[in-house]
Amino acid sequence: MTKPLKRPPKKDPQKRTDSPTLPPFARSRKAIAFTTMAAEGRFALQVCSECKHISYPPREICPKCWSMDLQWQDIENGGKLISETVLRTSVNTYFRERMPWRVGTIKLDAGPTVLAHIHGDVGEFERVRLIARTDKSGQGVIMALPEKETPNMADDRQLRALTCDPKYRRALVTDGRTELGQCMAKALSNAGATRIFVGIAEDWRPYEGSDELAAIPGVEIMPLDVTDTISVNELAAEMGDKADILVNTAEYIRPGSPLDRHGVTLARDEMETNYFGLLRLMQAFGHVMRSRGADRDNSACAWVNLLSVYALSNWPVYGTTSASQAAALSLSQSLRGDFSGSGVKVINVLFGPLEESWRQPLPPPKVTPQRLADTVINALQEGIENVTLGPVAEDVVRRYRQDPFVLERELTQLQMGMGV
Amino acid sequence: MVAGAVTIPYERYSPEPAHWWLARALSELGKENGIGPDDIDGLCVSSFTLFPDTAAGLTQHFGINPRWLDHVPTGGASGVITLRRAARAVQSGDANVVACLAGDTNHVDSFRAMLTTFSRFSQDASYPYGSGGPNGSFSLMTSHYMNNYGVRREDFGKLCVAQRTNALKIEHAMMKKPLTLDEYLDARLIADPIVLYDCVMPCAGAEAYLVMREEDARAKNLPYVNILSSVERHNSFPDDPIQFRGGWALDIDEFWTMAGVKPTDVDLLQTYDDYPVICAMQMEDLGFCEKGAASEFIQGNTFTYDGSFPHNTSGGQLSVGQAGAAGGFLGLVEAIRQLTGTAGGNQVKRAKIAAVSGFGIINFDRGLCSGACLLESS
Repeated sequence: MTKPLKRPPKKDPQKRTDSPTLPPFARSRKAIAFTTMAAEGRFALQVCSECKHISYPPREICPKCWSMDLQWQDIENGGKLISETVLRTSVNTYFRERMPWRVGTIKLDAGPTVLAHIHGDVGEFERVRLIARTDKSGQGVIMALPEKETPNMADDRQLRALTCDPKYRRALVTDGRTELGQCMAKALSNAGATRIFVGIAEDWRPYEGSDELAAIPGVEIMPLDVTDTISVNELAAEMGDKADILVNTAEYIRPGSPLDRHGVTLARDEMETNYFGLLRLMQAFGHVMRSRGADRDNSACAWVNLLSVYALSNWPVYGTTSASQAAALSLSQSLRGDFSGSGVKVINVLFGPLEESWRQPLPPPKVTPQRLADTVINALQEGIENVTLGPVAEDVVRRYRQDPFVLERELTQLQMGMGV
Repeated sequence: MVAGAVTIPYERYSPEPAHWWLARALSELGKENGIGPDDIDGLCVSSFTLFPDTAAGLTQHFGINPRWLDHVPTGGASGVITLRRAARAVQSGDANVVACLAGDTNHVDSFRAMLTTFSRFSQDASYPYGSGGPNGSFSLMTSHYMNNYGVRREDFGKLCVAQRTNALKIEHAMMKKPLTLDEYLDARLIADPIVLYDCVMPCAGAEAYLVMREEDARAKNLPYVNILSSVERHNSFPDDPIQFRGGWALDIDEFWTMAGVKPTDVDLLQTYDDYPVICAMQMEDLGFCEKGAASEFIQGNTFTYDGSFPHNTSGGQLSVGQAGAAGGFLGLVEAIRQLTGTAGGNQVKRAKIAAVSGFGIINFDRGLCSGACLLESS
């Protein structure tokens, strides 16, 4: 049984913060494909299109029939631990700082044998289920979990290195005025976050749900206006070193394409929040988060961006909003670059039309703010970096994967009935 | 047909590049055997740390113009495999005298650097899991082997202790303090069940020998040995979920038939020994005992140079150190010394037939390359 995690002690300000060290990050191009699926929480291996042989490690050719046509497919993740060891020395600094470390050989029911990190609750020669996740270097790795849930399972030291579990962590929610921001704060509190800083712009202006928000255990209301550089910088100066998780709930959304509007005012407002707001947050909070990726029990672990799925491909009904979301998605990729090597994950949730007033006329199916908040918590607890939420978003992503150019045509032909 | 074995004394760390170690091996080979740049027309090299060069660049560096050249990348199997390549070249007339060199340097951080970029499969699928390097891979094999074949830590300990005894007279051995079985059993865990004394010490060093026709060796008045048989195999038994046997098991019949001798005719065995589990596997797979009988076999012999079933008579890599690819030559070079009666204080009496085995390249979860040869004194 996993020992329940204890609330980490308050950090001694005189102590040096460890520099982030990383597990090995060098991978082949095929292994990077494995990483992209691990980032979605998928356990996928290469399957030969001709002879159906499943192979591992990632390769270029089927070792059974020499076909070059190997397709990544989700694989039954059951298997058996056939050998294990506890490493007590390592040439790699990251692991050396974390010894002892348990690894083992798993024979998958599907065929191949893999090497994996082993959860502490897996017994000798027991059956396991495998998950693929990104590690602190941002690369895909495999971990073997007990077949059934065990008490405090998420608190396992090796598993927690792959996840961003909010338990005993501190989080910043950038906009608490909306139902989404409030659901997010509540969900973080429920998930065990100890302090939840919630940003409120222009706090003299009343807003619905303010009393309930303030009453959530752990919530601290902070002045924050993402459209104001000074406001963002002031908050970062005050609590930036305590943001283990940052969830950017701030959004500015208005219907309309360029021809539906006069001038650029609305579009500029959208950019101020959706793009420049994100940029300000990155510049104010990014440096300190990046430096705290290895701060042991108090480490920074995740930056969460909530984006409309039309960030991938513009839907003219919300044409300029989509453009600002596309800009934000692009910036998020840049943040991944900045955070690479820090151990802090950038999580992108692409969602379909949200159940809120600016999307009121759009038809169902919609995503409730509660569901979006729960999805963020799940992504954090599971350590998943790329999430698609809701039937509309799933549909758009599926089309996007099939052919982004066909999707572009579909979205621009006589207003298809999909919504942000 | 094989002659002129030389070993360049190992060093834990060396500031010199691999080129220096290989050059020194060549220089010694020349001095010992009275030959110079004009006397060899074949070169075969094995090295991990020679980057950016290969055997090709070394021809100019060494001032030779061979008509036959090879670079063997099989690590711990390189001794036997180099021998096979060179012997075929001489047999078919492609070369008359082949210098076979293996050597690597060991700078302060070069072992870690080598593990980081060892191979694509290890980079993608094993190194990210705790970066235990070979300790990790062999601990999984050892654990599985112990569970399935009843081999105990005492058995592995006995092999390590015997090799340490053999190493005590070896001038350049990294480990020269006597080792007891109790010390082995109480040793610090490295990667369960592997302990400190199961692991080899990475170091710098080089080993070399010459391959030529018998009549040429006699004309030069060089002590030499003959090759009775040899085999090699790569990626054997790919469907075994974890390695418990090597390529030897596939080739064992041909190995003994070709030589016309039996395992009981063998006077000494040199196995590849980075971790004793692989020694036990080689003893089984080469037919010195049945599969699953290694524990009994180990308890029935002393493995010292002056006892029963002399094994790794120069102390092996476990006591002498692992000088990269030279570790693949160590057993072969020692066997040549034993069969030519030049093994000094560790000489096995009346040594006529030696078996030498190699194992190398832990690519992902297992060693890919295996080989073995039988040698006879002239």
